[in-house]
Amino acid sequence: MTEKNKKASPWKSIQFGLAILAGLFIYAYGFEITKVDLEDLRSERRQESLTRVMRALARPEIFEYDQKEEIINSPIYVTCPAGGTPTVPVPDKSSAYLVITPTCAEPGETVQVEGFNFAPNTSGPLRFIPGSDPANVVEIGRDNVETDAAGHFIYDFTLPKRSSKDVQYIRATLRQNVGVPHLTKTAYDTWEKIVETVFLALLATTFGTFLAIPLSFIAARNLMKPVRSPLASISLSILGWPVGIMVGYSIVRWVESFSTPFAGNIPINLLVIVVVPVLVSFGIRWALPQEEISKPDRTTQITRYFVLLLIVLVSFYGLFHLAGLSMNLGLIGKTNLGAFGFLGNFLFQIGDIVRIITPVLGGLAAGGVLSSLMTRLGQRATEKLSSGSIKLFNLVFSTLAGATVFGLIGQLVKSLYQIGNPIYTLWGPIFTGALLGLLLAIFTKAKDTLPTGMVIYYVTRTFLNGLRSIEALVMAIVFVIAVGIGPFAGVMALGLHTIVSLAKLYSEQVESIMAGPLEAIQATGANRLQTIVYAVIPQVIPPYISYTMYRWDINVRMSTIIGFVGGGGIGFLLQQNINLLNYRAASAQMFAIAIVVASMDYISSVLREKYV
Amino acid sequence: MLQIRNLTKIYDGGVKALDNVSFDVPDNQFLAVIGLSGSGKSTLLRCINRLIEPTDGQILWNGEDITKASPEEMRRIRRKIGMVFQHFNLVHRSKVITNVLAGRLGYINPAWSLLNRFPKTDMEKAIKQLERVGIADKADHRADELSGGQQQRVGIARALMQDPEMILADEPVASLDPVLAHSIMKHLEDINDKDGVTVLCSLHFLDLVHRYADRVVALNAGKLVFEGLPNEIDDKKFKDIYGRDAERVG
Repeated sequence: MTEKNKKASPWKSIQFGLAILAGLFIYAYGFEITKVDLEDLRSERRQESLTRVMRALARPEIFEYDQKEEIINSPIYVTCPAGGTPTVPVPDKSSAYLVITPTCAEPGETVQVEGFNFAPNTSGPLRFIPGSDPANVVEIGRDNVETDAAGHFIYDFTLPKRSSKDVQYIRATLRQNVGVPHLTKTAYDTWEKIVETVFLALLATTFGTFLAIPLSFIAARNLMKPVRSPLASISLSILGWPVGIMVGYSIVRWVESFSTPFAGNIPINLLVIVVVPVLVSFGIRWALPQEEISKPDRTTQITRYFVLLLIVLVSFYGLFHLAGLSMNLGLIGKTNLGAFGFLGNFLFQIGDIVRIITPVLGGLAAGGVLSSLMTRLGQRATEKLSSGSIKLFNLVFSTLAGATVFGLIGQLVKSLYQIGNPIYTLWGPIFTGALLGLLLAIFTKAKDTLPTGMVIYYVTRTFLNGLRSIEALVMAIVFVIAVGIGPFAGVMALGLHTIVSLAKLYSEQVESIMAGPLEAIQATGANRLQTIVYAVIPQVIPPYISYTMYRWDINVRMSTIIGFVGGGGIGFLLQQNINLLNYRAASAQMFAIAIVVASMDYISSVLREKYV
Repeated sequence: MLQIRNLTKIYDGGVKALDNVSFDVPDNQFLAVIGLSGSGKSTLLRCINRLIEPTDGQILWNGEDITKASPEEMRRIRRKIGMVFQHFNLVHRSKVITNVLAGRLGYINPAWSLLNRFPKTDMEKAIKQLERVGIADKADHRADELSGGQQQRVGIARALMQDPEMILADEPVASLDPVLAHSIMKHLEDINDKDGVTVLCSLHFLDLVHRYADRVVALNAGKLVFEGLPNEIDDKKFKDIYGRDAERVG
């Protein structure tokens, strides 16, 4: 009530006035900083260049005619020689010719140039050729003439200040379009580059999306918050990662060494690729029963783990042969498929990628498996052992885990900053980490659970936000250095940026799903992964599709400028033409970009309507 | 036999949702849980399958303490406890059959279920459960195309897929009209009678309690205020449960 009856106090009016003054001040300063100045715009020089550029932009260099030129020179004396008006040879009147009257004059004077027998309705420049050679390429003047229907023109030509006692010439170059219009070289170049641009965006979006999806789940608060584990599990799993990665990597390399002798042999490749899936499917069927009501005994369980391990090794062996086969077929295809050679190249590159990343994936998988086994071990220990022994266990392993993490960070620092002193990069971090681990173990109650999920959540978020704040254009500069100038650098840069920004957008969608189905699926006894697959993913599919579309759209636009720094795509051409002041060509490229972006928008809206 | 012993739940904000609640549920009983909104009924039911972690107390089921179970044991326990929700909690964009099959997730090997592979026997079983609740023809529809009553039947079919020994029903008919409410309650009664499943069902309407429940427990502000047969709730007991100003509406 009191609020409503409040009178407008003078103090309020003063405040309001001051606010306006402050606003004025801010904008005035803004004008000063950004150098707002219309004076320059009004200057004739600017206006002229602007008009020229705008006209060029309005006429993109897409179509052109083949042109036929008629070049006719006619002699003239500047200045008049001493012996009176000179005689000039009579031109051949059966074809086009020029008549200049008078045949000599002083510099700056005007002579009449008359043209006969030219092709009708053509146009072109009329220029002065200094010097006595009629074939001289130097031309002076910017006059244009146009013939009438009879192929005749008259023009008053002002002579330039080039006097000589020898004969000089006036040249008419009349051009005529012949045939039908055809695409220019610029149009072909633009087409090639715009295709590159679209595919650059497609690849970047695809890679980005695949990697962003798993990241988005660990960057979602609602999924990560319930994840808690006892300290024993955490320290054991941290120790499991590096050990697992190293062991896994060397085992997969060891498996690869068996396949290398046969890498180039297509029949053996084929044989392995047929046999391995059969073995694997039998093995999996035995070792991974779909449904089990009662727990199997210990011997069966151990045999199963052993069989699974064998299956994994055999599958990796098969994978190497698959990569080998792909590369071999690719090489054959590249040389024999002609226009479809790119399919061969694709097979070869895919094979190469598989061959290179398989050991890395194997290492990561082994790290993950070992760490999850260790987590389970820690969990089991926490349940079974007494508080006292768990405390002791924690004191030892938490210290070790802390030392490992900090030691590894130290090694990273060492390689990045080239600090040679191991006290700073090895022993110091190890000691600090061990101390922190020890402190954590001392202050955590033996069987308490710690919020692992939230720690992972914050680390992931920080990582995503940090990378996201680096513009893709800047990333492209780094990748150009890493993989060389070209569209691949652009794919890497845009892909990385897509991963981090999509992961953030996706994770926000995960955070806003309905909690009910999640609860219902958990209540059936589903584990965490099953809950994600059956309760989370079905709910986030529509926003995921729509964000992916939007990102593709962004990537198409980004890839048009990523060429500015050497990242491939149409940007390279565009920048080149702008720098060469070739605005008509630049205009063709701008039109191409506009068309692609507009049609992307249309396609994505159609798709969204259909699937979302 | 389910034994609740001194169960207490205090939420993070300090709200005491359950205050030292103890009671027993013999096997194959139809137990109604009544009380005002916010009296702790949902919390009680969710503590039993640990969707909510109890702060204190014990829940013994066939002698095993659920509150102490490890994640692995919890998976084994949960798959024997079906749950039916007020808002059905189906995954809207999935097919009805997928929603029903989700009831088997506690049994099947996670690796297979990630690929959306279910054993043939489970597929047949899912159709059978849908036939039992009378909507087998809707198996391939999206869950959100179904009406409320149909959705709740899918929820029941999902719970039945678990081969449950106990069903927790959290106000299963509160979002349905009276006719549908009876049809859903009859399904629960049928499961209780024919399959010998223990049912814990929170309800709002006393006529439903009289009609279906073997026994009643009542909560008020997290405390157990009544435990007995449905027809023992006289006017005085009613005021104890629902407060002095409450009036009976059916």
